[in-house]
Amino acid sequence: MVERSAVVSGRGYCRPHYRDDRKDLGVIEFQAVTKRFDDGTVAVDELDLTVDPGRITVFVGPSGCGKTTSLRMINRMIDLTSGSILVDGKDVRQSDPPLLRRGIGYVIQQAGLFPHRTVLDNIATVPVLAGWGRAKARKRAEELLETVGLPAAMGRRYPAQLSGGQQQRVGVARALAVDPPVLLMDEPFSAVDPVVREGLQDELLRLQGELGKTIVFVTHDIDEAIKLGDKVAVFRTGGILAQYDTPAELLARPADDFVTNFVGRDRGYRALGFLTAGGLSLGELAPVKVGATVAEARQALRDGWAVVVDERNHPCGWLSADRLSSVDESATVDADLLLAGGSLYDTEHGSLRSALDAALSSPSALGVAVDGQGVLAGSITADEVLRALAAARTAGEVPQ
Amino acid sequence: MNLLTSWLFDPTNWSGTGGIPQRLVEHLWYTALALAIAIVIGFPLGALVGHTKRGGFVLVGAANVLRALPTVGVLTLVVLLAGIGLVPPIAALTLLAIPPIMAGAYAGIQAVEPVVVDAARGVGMTEREVLFQVEIPNAMPLIFGGVRSAALQVVATATIAAYVGLGGLGRYVFDGLALHDYPQMAGGAILVAVLAVLVELVLTGVQRLVVSPGLRPVRTSGGTQR
Ligand SMILES: Nc1ncnc2c1ncn2[C@@H]1O[C@H](COP(=O)(O)OP(=O)(O)OP(=O)(O)O)[C@@H](O)[C@H]1O
Ligand SMILES: [Mg+2]
Repeated sequence: MVERSAVVSGRGYCRPHYRDDRKDLGVIEFQAVTKRFDDGTVAVDELDLTVDPGRITVFVGPSGCGKTTSLRMINRMIDLTSGSILVDGKDVRQSDPPLLRRGIGYVIQQAGLFPHRTVLDNIATVPVLAGWGRAKARKRAEELLETVGLPAAMGRRYPAQLSGGQQQRVGVARALAVDPPVLLMDEPFSAVDPVVREGLQDELLRLQGELGKTIVFVTHDIDEAIKLGDKVAVFRTGGILAQYDTPAELLARPADDFVTNFVGRDRGYRALGFLTAGGLSLGELAPVKVGATVAEARQALRDGWAVVVDERNHPCGWLSADRLSSVDESATVDADLLLAGGSLYDTEHGSLRSALDAALSSPSALGVAVDGQGVLAGSITADEVLRALAAARTAGEVPQ
Repeated sequence: MNLLTSWLFDPTNWSGTGGIPQRLVEHLWYTALALAIAIVIGFPLGALVGHTKRGGFVLVGAANVLRALPTVGVLTLVVLLAGIGLVPPIAALTLLAIPPIMAGAYAGIQAVEPVVVDAARGVGMTEREVLFQVEIPNAMPLIFGGVRSAALQVVATATIAAYVGLGGLGRYVFDGLALHDYPQMAGGAILVAVLAVLVELVLTGVQRLVVSPGLRPVRTSGGTQR
């Protein structure tokens, strides 16, 4: 049987669909916040910024620009020098630091798991501190292990027996244990290799879709910021906020040269990820059904290529004239004959970038477009995407 | 050989007042008492300095000064000040045990990874909880190293109790010396050595129970990679 997975699904920036019921919990307001360290270093200078509840806000900027300091002032791991930080309207300085911190999830770079405790006990730390009782805390920890995608048996291991990526997942589970509305994450994924990192980022977006936390996420990687952030705050050295905007705005309209440079040369390509591709016109495709005969398939070839769909009209992959010439007329079209397609372009949710990715990654040079339900909708060429891009440029939606 | 062991294997030495069992118990009693006092004094000091990261220099200096004190000198001094009794040998043994215990606690706690301690505070532990739930458990291998080294030194040195008229295995050494009874001297020395080995074995066993398996050297074969 041919499976739909024969067409590799796209790696476009999928944004979580948010739960709406708790979106007003976890507003964080920075009001003229300044941090001057004892040695006179001003790490954060008069920062005014409101973090939207239930969304991911990313602090990004070069090393030493005050991202960590800003983050750690929220849970009072660092006390601010002047100004104030309000969480849900309450000044953080009114709370006893340990109590404040138990109500705010905190995830750090090397995970910072407790080496002497099992994974399960690590996750149960905050519930136990909060006086839940061991049995209940353990039960919650088991749930969370599943939430972050780790097998239950791993709960009995010690941190030293986990990979870096697994440790980071446990770190996230520990931060979520008492279901705090706010999660602070300081470069949580920067110590793992790029492939694992990408998986963890996708996982975070999936989790966020379920949980709808207010997440403040620190990174120095602009790609990570753009991928994860609903809003991105770009800091410049000296703890000054250079721009605070949605990723699309940041890419399309950088506030100044510093931001332009920081966002980088390829920001135009990145910006495509935020342009809706509604105006694209699709070409027609005459699909071959799985199970059709090779003779029928040969009829359907256009320029040496035909797309194959399953009984629900979901694309499965491509057939080439080359491949067909080597099989018998009366054979039927099955998985063995198919070439995996590239990514799919979803006409309802997809961006211009995913349309371009679909065109460029297809073996036939024709991108496969599907509707919101995954049903074949037509083809898309790179030329067509470029035409739409030119139009968007004229309209001022993309940087020159 | 016979000369060395004749006394040791003579059954009459293994019973009654002044017999080996009684001396062993006395010896262990002095050792335990001195160790307990040294732990009560040295451990909190080392732990506090390790936790606050303040005064490490002073602490290490103090430990070195204590180490340099000659135990017999201390014993004599305390006898002159406090007279004969349990106090002088226990004081001397305690001073001997404090430096390794204090240094072990300090070294162990200040060596706990900063990111782990940071995480402990970050999840909302009070300073007390940071110390007791994270720093001390993680410092256990080094803390125990200090206690074991102190215990060995005290077991070996507790013979000096006999020097000021008390019991313990030192009795045989000093009495043997006075009477030119070399088999008795040798027997006493052998008993001290055997006791030291036993104490070490017991403490190693206790350490296995007390130190978290998570702190043992990593078995790379056990951890599956994702
Ligand atoms: N405890 C401290 N004492 C003095 N200066 C400090 C202290 N902590 C941070 N700083 C300084 O404050 C500035 C901001 O530091 P911060 O750690 O917030 O930077 P960052 O943006 O998180 O950098 P990175 O990306 O390297 O983590 C830096 O110049 C740093 O040297
Ligand atoms: Mg930082």
